[in-house]
Amino acid sequence: MNLAVQGTGIHKWFGPVHVLDDVGLEVAVGEVVVLIGPSGSGKTTLLRCMNHLERIDQGRLYVNGHLIGYRVNAKGELAEESEAEIARQRQDIGFVFQHFNLFPHLTATENVALAPVRVRKTAKEQALADSRLLLARVGLEDKREAYPRQLSGGQQQRVAIARALAMKPKLMLFDEPTSALDPEMVGEVLEVIRELARDGMTMVVVSHEMGFARGVADRVIMMDQGHIVETGPPGRVLDEPGQERTRAFLSKVLH
Amino acid sequence: MHFDWSFFQHLLFHPPGSFVQGAIRTVYLAIIAQALGVVLGLLLALWRRSRHAVPRAFASGYIWLIRGTPLLVQAVIIYDGSSAMGLYSFRTLSLGPVSVPGVVQAGIVTLALNEGAYMAEIMRAAIDSVDKGQAEAAESLGLRRRQAMRHVVLPQAMRVVIPPLGNEFNNMLKVTSLLSVIGLQELFLAAQDYNSTTFRTFEIFLVVAIYYIAMTTVWSFIQSAIERRLRARGGEVLATVTLRQRLFGGGGLVPGDLLRGAR
Repeated sequence: MNLAVQGTGIHKWFGPVHVLDDVGLEVAVGEVVVLIGPSGSGKTTLLRCMNHLERIDQGRLYVNGHLIGYRVNAKGELAEESEAEIARQRQDIGFVFQHFNLFPHLTATENVALAPVRVRKTAKEQALADSRLLLARVGLEDKREAYPRQLSGGQQQRVAIARALAMKPKLMLFDEPTSALDPEMVGEVLEVIRELARDGMTMVVVSHEMGFARGVADRVIMMDQGHIVETGPPGRVLDEPGQERTRAFLSKVLH
Repeated sequence: MHFDWSFFQHLLFHPPGSFVQGAIRTVYLAIIAQALGVVLGLLLALWRRSRHAVPRAFASGYIWLIRGTPLLVQAVIIYDGSSAMGLYSFRTLSLGPVSVPGVVQAGIVTLALNEGAYMAEIMRAAIDSVDKGQAEAAESLGLRRRQAMRHVVLPQAMRVVIPPLGNEFNNMLKVTSLLSVIGLQELFLAAQDYNSTTFRTFEIFLVVAIYYIAMTTVWSFIQSAIERRLRARGGEVLATVTLRQRLFGGGGLVPGDLLRGAR
């Protein structure tokens, strides 16, 4: 099996807090995995480790076949990779933030074109043309010249997805992409992600949208207190959870 | 002694050549020193954030030294002191058709070195005011840290810098007068020389005050125009300071307030 993500024995501490406690997971190429769990369970931290926005303290985490952010030194310990190598690894990993983090001084088109121009050294004209196509793909062809502050939350998040796609990533990571949105805008963003899933994009999504998980995920991973509690197809984990903690969590989010 | 109205009016509207020369010098000293100060301030701010200890220590030490000593003392050390010690003597420099006297070079260097330390603090606050998620988003796309700083963080920080930068320049226009201590013939020293032959101290320095306020007022208008344009172009990031507040106070004229208001 071709793996996009493979992690074993991952530990991470924030000071005294053991946020990731012996986590192991695999995500196959083409698979869509949704991470669920109560806040503070470590799911966002785990996602951020996948493109080295957070460091891990122990274990091995491979993304796209690379030990992400690290190399193993002669003593068999993890040593942080050079900044250049980390940047190179991140080019193939798209990340979508809860609060969009669009660049406010750039238009939607420029937001999308920035990384291809600066990192891939794509010619500016080409990058802007590609950018317009991507914005059309997320349904924003009429907002190309808008600045982020002129866009609604849902529109901003769709620009952010287009921006991540512009680097033609092999893997897309979503950190609660709809949590900061007004309820009426959640649908338009989920629809874009659903579309990506249909196109075969490998994705790991941290989400509280159980309906979305049910419809899109190949697999759901339930986390609690830094552990993976259970994992399986959405039908099983969400409808017939094997663990008490999953049941307790689901009864709260599903009312 | 009575107030000599005709002397005052004549001086105000028909100033001697030395006044005009001095005023021009004041303006260009301020512009060049401010520009160099901005560049130095940016470098110092970046060094302060460096991952390496040496640039960090250098920047901190530099800012500590400059901000802890009077500009007057710095000017005397840089111009007279270094020459007396045989370290460096500023000599007239010919740049094509213009020749720059040594004392003017020393003046520019002093003001720029001094201003750099203050600009560094402003730049640092401005960089810190940019949300951390911005650099994170840029780096998640594969930009190097340096590229993220240059293309994403700094352009946003610069908008925050503009208002306090304008106030620094206003100050710079006036601070040039301190360079009279090393014998730089700017507006203030020109006036002092004139005073020593006429002794109409009150009238002369009233005229000088009017010249300075004319310069800073013109600058206030320019600064307001720049900020209005920036606001129009897409920054809700700028605090609104009306021209009235700028001239008479009551707005967020303190750099710290501007930075806070901007976020």
